[in-house]
Amino acid sequence: MAKVIVNGEIVENTWQRLTSEELDQQDVPAEGAVIVPLAYWLAHRDALLERAAPVGVCLEPGEEPTDLAADLAALPLVAVNFPAFKDGRGYSYARELRTRYGFEGEVRAVGDVLQDQLFYMHRVGFNAFEVRADRDIEEALNGLRPFSVTYQGDVHDERPIYRRQSA
Amino acid sequence: MYVYQDYDQRLLEERVAQYRDQTRRYLAGQLSEDEFLVLRLQNGLYIQRYAPMMRISVPYGMLNSTQVRKLASITRDYDKGFCHVSTRQNIQLNWPELADTPDILAELASVQMHAIQTSGNCIRNITTDEYAGVNPREIEDPRPWCEVIRQWATFNPEFAYLPRKFKIAVNAVPDADPALIGVHDIGVQIVHDHNGETGFQVWAGGGLGRTPMTGEVIGEFVAWPDLLAYLEAILRVYNKYGNRDNKYKARIKILVKALGADKFRELAEAEFAELKGGAMTLTREEVARIKACFVDPDYRTDVDTTALHNALDQHRAFNRWYHTNTRAHKKDGYRSVTLTLKKTGRIPGDITDEQLEDVADLADRYAFSEVRTTHQQNMVLADVAEDELYDLWQQLDALGFATPNLGLITDIVACPGGDLCALANAKSVPIAEGIQRQFDDLDFVHDLGPLDVNISGCMNACGHHHIGHIGILGVDKKGKEFYQITLGGRGDRQSRIGEKMGPSFESHEVTGVIGKIISVYLDNRLENEPFISTYERIGMDPFKEVVYG
Repeated sequence: MAKVIVNGEIVENTWQRLTSEELDQQDVPAEGAVIVPLAYWLAHRDALLERAAPVGVCLEPGEEPTDLAADLAALPLVAVNFPAFKDGRGYSYARELRTRYGFEGEVRAVGDVLQDQLFYMHRVGFNAFEVRADRDIEEALNGLRPFSVTYQGDVHDERPIYRRQSA
Repeated sequence: MYVYQDYDQRLLEERVAQYRDQTRRYLAGQLSEDEFLVLRLQNGLYIQRYAPMMRISVPYGMLNSTQVRKLASITRDYDKGFCHVSTRQNIQLNWPELADTPDILAELASVQMHAIQTSGNCIRNITTDEYAGVNPREIEDPRPWCEVIRQWATFNPEFAYLPRKFKIAVNAVPDADPALIGVHDIGVQIVHDHNGETGFQVWAGGGLGRTPMTGEVIGEFVAWPDLLAYLEAILRVYNKYGNRDNKYKARIKILVKALGADKFRELAEAEFAELKGGAMTLTREEVARIKACFVDPDYRTDVDTTALHNALDQHRAFNRWYHTNTRAHKKDGYRSVTLTLKKTGRIPGDITDEQLEDVADLADRYAFSEVRTTHQQNMVLADVAEDELYDLWQQLDALGFATPNLGLITDIVACPGGDLCALANAKSVPIAEGIQRQFDDLDFVHDLGPLDVNISGCMNACGHHHIGHIGILGVDKKGKEFYQITLGGRGDRQSRIGEKMGPSFESHEVTGVIGKIISVYLDNRLENEPFISTYERIGMDPFKEVVYG
């Protein structure tokens, strides 16, 4: 089974992410944790909530946490897809999930997720990373801690450095 | 200057280590070209026409003499003995080896310098007036606010992958715009309320490049504790809604235009409402700490100007330089001196390793060890006592930095163009040189009065051609280099984008066309009327008639 980084550890990926194309072809399996697209969630919310296994929702660029705000309490996981690592919208979405909506579940970066982006992703609120399959996930772990210093606050500590220093 | 704390220094050292590892992984084939591109750009490294180009950050244009000497040795050891002052006040190396770039960054870090976010789709170097802190017309020193913004922008995790590059400038002069805030993604105008408390008028959506436009006022008065929250609100709106499908429509100016200033303001205010009063609110203590890094140097109070006045009476060349290349200072007995890097035959903004060392020596001797870079590609010694100006001038003259043409037709701003830049469609440097050679009579150049000539080798507008009184843009037509002329641009308080004249010209025609434009000005100007005012009074047609007639 594929691996994923969750809370700084490499673990088995127990979630199956289903794309819209896959869901056009097949129903959501009865068993196992699944991540579905936002549109699918909105259309099948009640049925999905009746499943015994957990359901998470994946946001694409352009689909903001606002679209999901009413449902966040019912969700253990929100994934944010990066079709290309250069598309930085997901950074604002993660931050919004944590600071605006106080979402405490798993926020997972999926798609074009690479070592050199992990530190920033972690700071804006991602705590899980599906590193791109062709990359060494062990090596990617190093991407979580290139810096011991940060000027700004982030979702873990909102205080800028000078407030942390004087505390 | 801002004085580094332990943590500022540690951050730079960790950055060097991170970049060294990224370069290693790239050279080992573990990072693709495309992935490394984004990482190297955020460390100032372009792959250019002949070699990499490295853009070194000069936060708001401030350097000390130690840093200037380090730039000299880097230029000598890792490049061909010269570097370039860019229109973002940064320093560019033209020929470094990719494998050397981690070492160059390590050398820079040893003197509190770096190349962080000098390129890439992130927040770039924060710029301001090159006379900041000494300009008698400013309402307060903008540099501490630049530094506050710099720290917030440096490695801001949310805004490292924006739709496009992002430029912020700060201005503290009420009736002029020396920082060009009108043509920045965000312009910050320092203002005071009726109690004398500092606040900011925040502009957004200006910019040059393709589709040049001037910004709109988004925040009419942002109280100083809220500055960063307000900037963050604007950046968040831009990050979420900026166009990512088309590189040419990705700047914030396009978003502000598409939404309209009112809608944009509404979105930004909604984000701001959430951030206001939070942990990012600036504190008096922190602002005071940063301000304490920008206190006045130990100005002399015994400056005797008798000898200066005698020298001004006796030496015509000195007198001309004094009136052209030095500026009034807030402190009696002092002037700010601009070293023009515009000697004919040299690339505008280029400076050699030895000259850098000479500048560092002069800064130590005459200007409290401080040097500034300007967006017009010159350098400034900001604090020179008036009784030392004559001495300084003699030395600058010998070094080739005293060409008395600041703000005149031969003080041309030009990007490196097709000679060095891979993006360029046309050369800029020979065009600049052609104009400089044509206007080689100093009396005539002075008689023409203030005249901004700006040349860009492509639509990216690094030479700021849109805001030149005379702008020249290199364009490619079926593989041949042509030049489009604009008139009437200005980068002052009335920021305006120049108007296209008509069909473009071949390179050998450009100097002749500039000559005709000048003749129309001379035939039409009223007494003491500068070029830009004549243009605005008589409009484009008389110029067109003569140029195309």
